[in-house]
Amino acid sequence: MKGHRIDVDSFWLPHAGSTIAKDVDFGWNAVLGVSTVFFVLVVGAMLYFVWRFRRRGSAVAESEVDHNTTLEVVWTAIPIVIVLSLFGIGFKGFMRAAVPPAGALEIMVTAQKWSWAFTYPTGDTSPGELRVPKGKPVKLVMSSRDVVHSLFIPEFRIKQDVVPGTYTTLWFEATEAGETMLLCTQYCGTGHSDMLARVVVMEPAAFQSWLDGLGGDSKLPPEKAGEALYTKLGCLACHSLDGSPRVGPTFKGIFGRSQTMNDGAIVKADEAYLKESIVAPTSKIVKGFQPVMPVFKGVVTDKQIDQLVSYLKTVK
Amino acid sequence: MSATALSHTAESGHPERAGGTPAAASFLTDGRGLRSWLLTLDHKRIGLMYLASTTVAFALGGIFAVIVRLEHLSSGPTIVTAKTYNQAFTLHGAVMIFLFIIPSIPAALGNFLLPIMVGAKDVAFPKLNLASLYIFWIGTVIALASIVGGGVDTGWTFYVPYSTGTTTTVSLMTFAVFVLGFSSILTGLNFIVTMHKLRAPGMTFFRLPLLAWALYATSIVQILATPVLGITLLLLIAERAFGLGIFDPKLGGDPVLFQHFFWFYSHPAVYIMILPGMGIVSEVIAVHAARRIFGYRAIAFSSVAIALLGFLVWGHHMFVSGQSELSSVIFSFLTFLVAIPSGIKVFNWLATLYGGSIALTTPMLLVLSFLVLFSIGGLTGLFLGMLSVNVHLHDTYFVVAHFHYVMMGGTVMAFLAGLHHWWPKMTGRMYSEKWGRIAVGLIFLGFNMTFFTQFIMGARGMPRRYFNYPEQFRPLHAFSTFGSWVLGVGFIIMLVYLLVSLKRGAKAPDNPWGGRSLEWTTTSPPPTENFAEQPVVTGTPYEYPARSRA
Repeated sequence: MKGHRIDVDSFWLPHAGSTIAKDVDFGWNAVLGVSTVFFVLVVGAMLYFVWRFRRRGSAVAESEVDHNTTLEVVWTAIPIVIVLSLFGIGFKGFMRAAVPPAGALEIMVTAQKWSWAFTYPTGDTSPGELRVPKGKPVKLVMSSRDVVHSLFIPEFRIKQDVVPGTYTTLWFEATEAGETMLLCTQYCGTGHSDMLARVVVMEPAAFQSWLDGLGGDSKLPPEKAGEALYTKLGCLACHSLDGSPRVGPTFKGIFGRSQTMNDGAIVKADEAYLKESIVAPTSKIVKGFQPVMPVFKGVVTDKQIDQLVSYLKTVK
Repeated sequence: MSATALSHTAESGHPERAGGTPAAASFLTDGRGLRSWLLTLDHKRIGLMYLASTTVAFALGGIFAVIVRLEHLSSGPTIVTAKTYNQAFTLHGAVMIFLFIIPSIPAALGNFLLPIMVGAKDVAFPKLNLASLYIFWIGTVIALASIVGGGVDTGWTFYVPYSTGTTTTVSLMTFAVFVLGFSSILTGLNFIVTMHKLRAPGMTFFRLPLLAWALYATSIVQILATPVLGITLLLLIAERAFGLGIFDPKLGGDPVLFQHFFWFYSHPAVYIMILPGMGIVSEVIAVHAARRIFGYRAIAFSSVAIALLGFLVWGHHMFVSGQSELSSVIFSFLTFLVAIPSGIKVFNWLATLYGGSIALTTPMLLVLSFLVLFSIGGLTGLFLGMLSVNVHLHDTYFVVAHFHYVMMGGTVMAFLAGLHHWWPKMTGRMYSEKWGRIAVGLIFLGFNMTFFTQFIMGARGMPRRYFNYPEQFRPLHAFSTFGSWVLGVGFIIMLVYLLVSLKRGAKAPDNPWGGRSLEWTTTSPPPTENFAEQPVVTGTPYEYPARSRA
């Protein structure tokens, strides 16, 4: 996992990069304080008693007190007050994170094994990379095309399952420009731990010009644009570039290669085959592999397919 | 032993044997050969067979854990493929939970001890008890068939629609769990009837040892919660086999419904795992501190409170699942309430240490380890119960560390404490105290190296069930793996000295620790009928004399 990193600037928690992070960290500090005090008291008392009342000679206890109502009421009541305070702090932060402010920028999130795609109000889609403006609330409206996934951005302290057949939502407001990572945290199979995305927080003006260019022509040559898509779409989770088989066949030398399908047919990997394998991946399965690849029809545009095919021709 | 609590004490039992009357044959020698074991109705033999079975399961689950930890020695592929890794963590969880930790204390130690502790000759339904064991073995064989037949890669939680779509042997594994559930239900039923109907004369409920109370609370949960898991898994199998649309949205089902059903069992199941452990701690701490248990009624009632409240908190596994915010708020509130009875127990155990005469025997060291580790497990539960903090920590290594502190630091330490405490009673042999202390030290050290590290990783954002991981986590992952080796060595030493003791251990006296509950009044090991004569109970099992009275 090169190029992905969560910034950690304290012992316990990642860098706080959103407004919600401050609520969560306040709650964390409160419960860490309470826990530390209780732990020191319990273990301290235990160690002291073990030393003070260690067995010397015969097994005769010094005390036979077996209840003390006052003590028992106190050690029940005080923890009740403390845990209810913790509940209140958690409740407050949770409710603030549950209600997105009006006027938030809405981004549709599509999750599938094992990639993320982000569609902006302009209708343009950014696969594998979530770019957002700094200082502006962003609402994610999320859906899954296959199994349950979960969107987690540690530096923003946000997480929500992405469930097939329904929409779930999340919101956040990034507080500083920079880059971090987004991870899938609901187990979803072989490529689960490679289901990552880059999160880029931009100054609002820069974000706007990036968004304007998203649907426009890429200045990159098609094979370079295709190479970027290979990474962003998460193809690498299953298709290696070095010849080793993973969940799917390797892309090394794929173009022009003749392969035996599981029905015995021998198919040469030309442009048409490659395109078919992206939009309808289960129609032809290479022998020795399972029909598990998700359908990318509707996820990538025809132009992006052309770019991917151009790139695959260069993988030798 | 001046102030005797029980009329049938070591004194009244011994002279008879010392006086030349031959002692009744021990249950171990009463019938020899494989057949006498496989067809036995003796709860003690059934308990020992459970003990052997769960020990094998623990070793198997441990092997899967070793694979998982070795894989994490470096990021990227280390020793296995992603597919194998996913199977390894799934099978580690499924084997440890369904084949080891759920049956370990109730079915193994509970079966052996409960009838003796209440002063009975056996459980209420001895044949049903043997049937439970056979059902457990059948379920185990089906689970092993599933592993050999290709394994399962869903995680032990079997979440849909992943589990309905995967090509691995999910149906076979879930069927195994379905079968194992019956074993658990029948054992629970047997224990409840035994405690209601077979208590010795004078053995009121408030004279029961606290382990019996804990097993009673556990049995209630086993009987009420397990059927829900059974039905859920049957529905999952029906969906896989016949396309019945209960959970898969493609068929018109609801995947979150599965999570509700699953946790409706599996959260109470956490209490099936920890309550008997708490019962053992209550016994061991009183005996090895030679002191009356502090707050007998509070400990007894808190077991029942935990069992009942435990049914109402399942939704705290689902704060980010898409369930309504209102549900999450209610579940968070109830979760904080269930923390209270656990806290009360810890305070009572500490108060029991106060003024005791504390012997640092192997069982006591294990109980002290329990107190430290379970405190960490319980307190980190507060982090996860807090709604806002849970959102960040959910499905990270923080959760993995938390439940290992509760399940392994709690239940397994308590199980081992119980095993060492009653080993002389069960086998008639003493083990090496020296090696016992060394093993406990290694296990405590290795456990904390392995799992405390995981709190740090999780808080920093490391998700669980990740084959690959960001390079920044490599040092912590590697340290955790080193810890697992220390832990493993501790367990191997423990297994060796316990096995050695069977052949070469000194003969155990009837009451090596000075315990005052009924099992210490009979011989080590006990006769098949448990007692030479029917015990009559006149006091509580914790009436230790103190210096002021002695």
